[in-house]
Amino acid sequence: MNLGSIALSNLRRRKTRAAFLIAGLLIGIATVVALLTLTSSLTVEAQNNMENYGANILITPQSNAMTLTYGGVTVGDLSVGARDLSQAGLGKILTIPNRKNIAIVAPKLLGAVTVKGKTMLLMGVRPDAEFRIKRWWVLDGRPMGNDAELVAGSAAAGELGLQMGDYVRIGGKRFTVTGLLHETGSQDDNLLLTTLAAAQSLLHKPGRVSMVEVAAQCSNCPIEKIVAQISGVLPGAKVTAMQQVVKSRMHALGQFRSFSLAAAGVVLGIEALVVFLTMMGSVNERTREIGVFRAIGFRRGHVIGLILIEAAVASVLAGLLGYLAGMGTTYVVLPFVAEGSAHVAWAPLLAPGAVLIAVAIGAAASLYPALHASRMDPTEALRAL
Amino acid sequence: MSGRFIEISALEKVFTGEGKAVAALRGLELSVPEGTFLGVMGQSGSGKSTFLAILGGLCHPSAGTVCVDGIDLYGLPGERLADFRREYLGFVFQAHNLVAYLTALENVMLPLSVKRMSRVAKRARALDVLEQVGLSDRADHLPSAMSGGEQERVAIARALVNEPPLILADEPTGSLDTDTSAEIMALLKHLNDQGITIVMVTHNPENQQFFHRTVVLRDGRVDCELPACEAGTPLYRPARV
Repeated sequence: MNLGSIALSNLRRRKTRAAFLIAGLLIGIATVVALLTLTSSLTVEAQNNMENYGANILITPQSNAMTLTYGGVTVGDLSVGARDLSQAGLGKILTIPNRKNIAIVAPKLLGAVTVKGKTMLLMGVRPDAEFRIKRWWVLDGRPMGNDAELVAGSAAAGELGLQMGDYVRIGGKRFTVTGLLHETGSQDDNLLLTTLAAAQSLLHKPGRVSMVEVAAQCSNCPIEKIVAQISGVLPGAKVTAMQQVVKSRMHALGQFRSFSLAAAGVVLGIEALVVFLTMMGSVNERTREIGVFRAIGFRRGHVIGLILIEAAVASVLAGLLGYLAGMGTTYVVLPFVAEGSAHVAWAPLLAPGAVLIAVAIGAAASLYPALHASRMDPTEALRAL
Repeated sequence: MSGRFIEISALEKVFTGEGKAVAALRGLELSVPEGTFLGVMGQSGSGKSTFLAILGGLCHPSAGTVCVDGIDLYGLPGERLADFRREYLGFVFQAHNLVAYLTALENVMLPLSVKRMSRVAKRARALDVLEQVGLSDRADHLPSAMSGGEQERVAIARALVNEPPLILADEPTGSLDTDTSAEIMALLKHLNDQGITIVMVTHNPENQQFFHRTVVLRDGRVDCELPACEAGTPLYRPARV
């Protein structure tokens, strides 16, 4: 028999009080585990759906140009070097070490064409990639399915008086309008969209592209790393990270994480208070018993140790059960808060972390009650003497 | 009986509370040889319990000295007083004061729980003492499943388990019936015969037959020693009418 076995006997035979103590800690730990796991699961889900936010890497031809543009007004530029990229070389993007993070590669060729006597901006794209990377586009009709079909931006359609199903001639070739984009408030409104192959033919640039937009999932890999890797495989290209997009995504996730941590902190604070009150109640209830311990020769340190061991044992149990309860809660709640088919993110360190946090809070909140118990006057405690 | 095992000199204790000072002990002097079975009697408020608490190292005196086996109790540094209680003393309380969630065996093992001994040795020692008090068959019972006499015997076993040279007993028969009281007193006498010094506070004049000496406290000091007390000296609490 030692202090540990006395503590265990007390917890085992005073089940109601032990249950209160464990429940107080368990609920707090379960809440924290659920919050952190939900945050983590939603973050993973957000990472997996990064393409929803559009491109975050832009590949343009390498040149010594400085375009003098501000607020949408282009004053002029000075260019030295290539003005477009080779389409054949783009396959190398999917050979970089971080290729698993590349979600979408959307090449496009831009050029001016004359339609109904007006100069319009034509953009050849890969319809599947372009419409995935521009998730915010709202389309009446459908994307172009072959090289003789066309989608018009809202301003372009207005300018040319295009309706769905209309035919339009560009460079002597007839296109059918299969879709009209809703207004986006951006330069996309002025575009006429066709397939990359059709645009290359019309603009007499076979096998060339003007620029490439890339959507990379980059929360677990620094975007700068991917940029460097693409630059390595495309030496003639200028690869730029669109930091604003990346940072705003990370900021949104960071804010959610901060909220979760703050909420977890509040819950842990309340939990510590519950443990403190329960342990103080327990100590006051055991005044006589503590007096006996002191009378038969327990040092103050022994009494403190006894109380802290009890708290630690209860905390370990509460930590383990709280972890399981928290994970269970996450399984139940996640489908209601996640948009897609989110999966619970298992964090291997969360289980020992939950136990450690429970023990730390249990011990910290029990320290004063333990000191209080050790300072009790044995004669006051016994009253019998 | 030999030497001066307990030596108490000019012992004073003043309790202050609610702005009023109450002197519980006023210059108590007492010397007790080793192996004595000492009875302490006196009316309620005479200072018996305070005397026992101070002798047991539980309550610091306001003045005076208490020496046990040559050790000045209140001159001990830090937590050495707790060590003294563990190694030199066995307490037997009127209310038994067993720990409700521990079995009889575990209650007896309590003083050993903070000692460096193997688990097997602790258990063997506790069972041995339970055997001495005739309760080896009740080792696994909780206090709530035992009679008052059995609980008192467990309390005595707990006091004995560390083999202390001194046992302090505060009305150990106070809540027991006559037959059980006689059994407990016989047990204490048996222990005293083995050389253990016992100081016992009691209100029961019938217990005098077991004591080597009986001192009577009055107003916080030793008033007299039986049988030399004057006729009419109050020995115990007045009966309530």
